[in-house]
Parts: sequence; structure tokens; C-alpha cells
Amino acid sequence: MRSEWTFPRWWFGLVGITAVALVLGVLHALWFAPTERTMGTVQRIFYYHVSSAWTAFVAFFLNFLACIAYLKTRRPKWDAVAVSAAEVGVVFGTVNLITGPIWAKPVWGIWWTWDARLTSTLVMWLLYVSYLLLRQFAAEQPSQRVWAAAFGIFAFVDVPIVYLSIRLWRTQHPGPVIAGGEQSGIDPRMFLALHVCFLAFLLLFVVLFYWRYRLEGQRAELAELRARLHRLHLERSV
Amino acid sequence: MSYWTTAMRIVAKDLLSEARTREMTNAVLFFALLVLVLFSFSFQPASDEERRLASGVLWIAFLFAGVSVLDRSFLRERVNDCLDALRLTPASASALFLGKCVANVLFLLLAAVILVPLFLVFFDLSFRGDVGAWLLVLGLGMWALVVNGTFFAAMTTNVRSRELLLPLLLLPISVPALIAVVEATAVALLGEGAMRVWIQVLIAFDAIYTTLALLLFETVVEGT
Repeated sequence: MRSEWTFPRWWFGLVGITAVALVLGVLHALWFAPTERTMGTVQRIFYYHVSSAWTAFVAFFLNFLACIAYLKTRRPKWDAVAVSAAEVGVVFGTVNLITGPIWAKPVWGIWWTWDARLTSTLVMWLLYVSYLLLRQFAAEQPSQRVWAAAFGIFAFVDVPIVYLSIRLWRTQHPGPVIAGGEQSGIDPRMFLALHVCFLAFLLLFVVLFYWRYRLEGQRAELAELRARLHRLHLERSV
Repeated sequence: MSYWTTAMRIVAKDLLSEARTREMTNAVLFFALLVLVLFSFSFQPASDEERRLASGVLWIAFLFAGVSVLDRSFLRERVNDCLDALRLTPASASALFLGKCVANVLFLLLAAVILVPLFLVFFDLSFRGDVGAWLLVLGLGMWALVVNGTFFAAMTTNVRSRELLLPLLLLPISVPALIAVVEATAVALLGEGAMRVWIQVLIAFDAIYTTLALLLFETVVEGT
């Protein structure tokens, strides 16, 4: 059962493509896309901000599917998919939450507002940090994978309810005026820049996710080898 | 024994053991009371905007009380391996879960009976809105805290840092329910605004998570 933990060839190919895509993303976001009229240069962070949010969503959705699959099949593979997706998703979510205020401060005049999208993204991020903490705290427990899978489902189901309740909440209060949303139609070059960046981030997600997924496999194998070694020691000493 | 009878037996058992030992009620009530008192040192509501804030204070106190109640809920069963004994009975795990939830809600409602009047006194408030509807909000809000909290408490009973982990899991999940109860309480206190929509949010939240928890409870406790 000894396996070689070298990366498959396609993964290195993917790393190369991702690097090219990221460079293209920078070029598009900083050069090719026109400067936004009212917001100016700071708007360019939008390409990274939105791309990281979408990628985080993809990651959390993958976590949700993997949690269900794990509870159905009980195959450790799905648990590894779930934890890898959540961990990389939290990284992209963090990028999203950091770039947001940098954009908001010069454009809205405030770092943060409790608007539906911001708040639900923050709560979603908190939920997945909780998920990772649960895994860390319960690491030595025999049923930690089941618990994590159950919490993953609880967390994902919460996201739309959070969004709905915050939308209701915000309409009850006067909020700061949100100026210049991207909904008002964007320049095709901006549209292209956004999608190039999103594609680059998605590729980066796949690269990181696969890396993390293999690490999980390596850890499992290491644990098993250690257990075997321990048994051998015991047999010898008898 | 039917499902409901089993669940009610669990409720009766928990209430009886609490009535005899009082290991939780006194401490939890006192703790929640302290929270209220300390908050009333930090601010006294004078305007309507501040009265709106006061509704948050009440729910923070309930939240603290709730976490302590929930934390004890399965801890009590660890002594003498009571949980194993309960699971060996032919009772279904979800009936056990339901019984635990009802017992926890009753403990929290007991806390509410004492805390709500004190809250009104300390913060010099009165209900200008619909009290009947607010009682419904209270019940639904408690259930929202308890249904997830009991589920997570069962999971985390054997984890070393249980007391820390439980709120870490429960608080983010409860965000929508907390927004709804705090807003609905503000409506009830100020007598302006609509409570209906928040009751709908709470009903939806409770229905979704009760279903999920009942479906997954058996799975989650099988290995503990």
C-alpha cells in the first residue's frame, strides 16, 4: 500500500496555466480595463474582490456537497474534499473581506456597512472558521468527521437565511447611501477583466485545493503507518 | 412507548433531576442576572434609539444563560455513563433529542420569567407593543437557540474544550434568529414597526433546523 506522493503531471500543467492566468488577470485589471469615471483607480480592486467572493462561494458549495457525500458514503475521501474546500474557501473569503473595505472607504466614505451582502459574507466566513475550529478541537474524537459533516450542512443552510434576515433588517433602518453599484451595466472591457480574474482565481483554487487534498491523504497514510509501526513494536516486545 | 411519550419521559427526567439537584438553575439565573445588572451600569436607555439597544441586552443575557444550560444538558448524562444507558433503551435517538430540547426550552423559559420583569425594571421599560405576539417571539427564539444548541452540545460533550467550542458553533449559526428576536423585541418595546415578518423568519429558521437536527441526530451521536 506504499504510494508515491508525487504530484501528477496534470497538476504541474495546471500550475503553469494558473500562473499565466493570474498574470493576465493583473494586466486586465490594471491596464486593459478602463478607469472607472467616478471611483477612479481604486475601483480596480473590484476585479479581485468579486472574483475572490465567487471563488469562496464555489468552495463552500463544494464543501456542502462533500459533507452530504460523506454522510451518505462514509468514505474518508469526501471528508478530505470537505476540509480542503473549506480551508481554501476561508482563504478566498478573507481576501474578499479585506479588499472590500479598501474599496469601500474611498468610494462610500466608510470602511464597513451592515448591508445584506457584506453582513452575510462576513457571517458565512465566520461559519466556516467555526467549521475549521470544530475540526481542530475535535481532532482526536472518533466521530469528528461526522460532526464536521453535520456542521457543514448546518452552516451552508444558514447562508440564505442570514442573507434574507439581514435584507429585512436593513430595510427597517436607514442605511448609508451606497453609490455606484456595478449593477448599472459595465464596460465590456471591465466585464472581460472580471471574468479573466475569476477564471484565474478558480484555477488557483483548484491548484490549492488539490494540494491540500493530497496533504490530507498523506496525513491519513502517515497516521496509519504510525499505527502499524506501533503494532509491530508491541508484537516484538511480547 | 410512543415517540412522544418517550420524549416527554426524557423531559420529566431532566426536570426531576434538576429539581432535586438544582445544580444549574441557581447558577445560570444568577449569571444572567449579573449580565443584566452589568449592562445597566454601562447604559441607561433614555431615547427610543437606546430602548432599541436594550432589546439586545436582554437577548445577550438569554444567550449567555442558554449556552450554560445547553452545556450542562448532556454533561449531566456523562456521570455513570447515563447517555450510554439511554441509548441502549429502544427509544429512538431523535426522541431523546426532542426531549432534551423541550427540557432546555423549559429551563430557559424559567429564566425568562425571572429576567424579563427585572429587565423591564432595571432599564425602566414597558411593552408598548403587542405582548402576546412577543411571547410567541420569546418561545420561537428560545427554540431557535435550543434546537441548534442541543444538537451541538450532544456533539461536543466529550471534546476537551467543550465550553469554548459550543458557543463558537452556536453563535454564528444563530445570527438570523438573533436578528429576528432582537428586532421583534424592539418592536414590542417601542410599539412601532412590524413584528409579523420577524415571526415568519423565526418560524422558517425553527422549521428548517428542527428538521435538520432530527434527521442528523442519530448519525451524530452514534459514535460518541
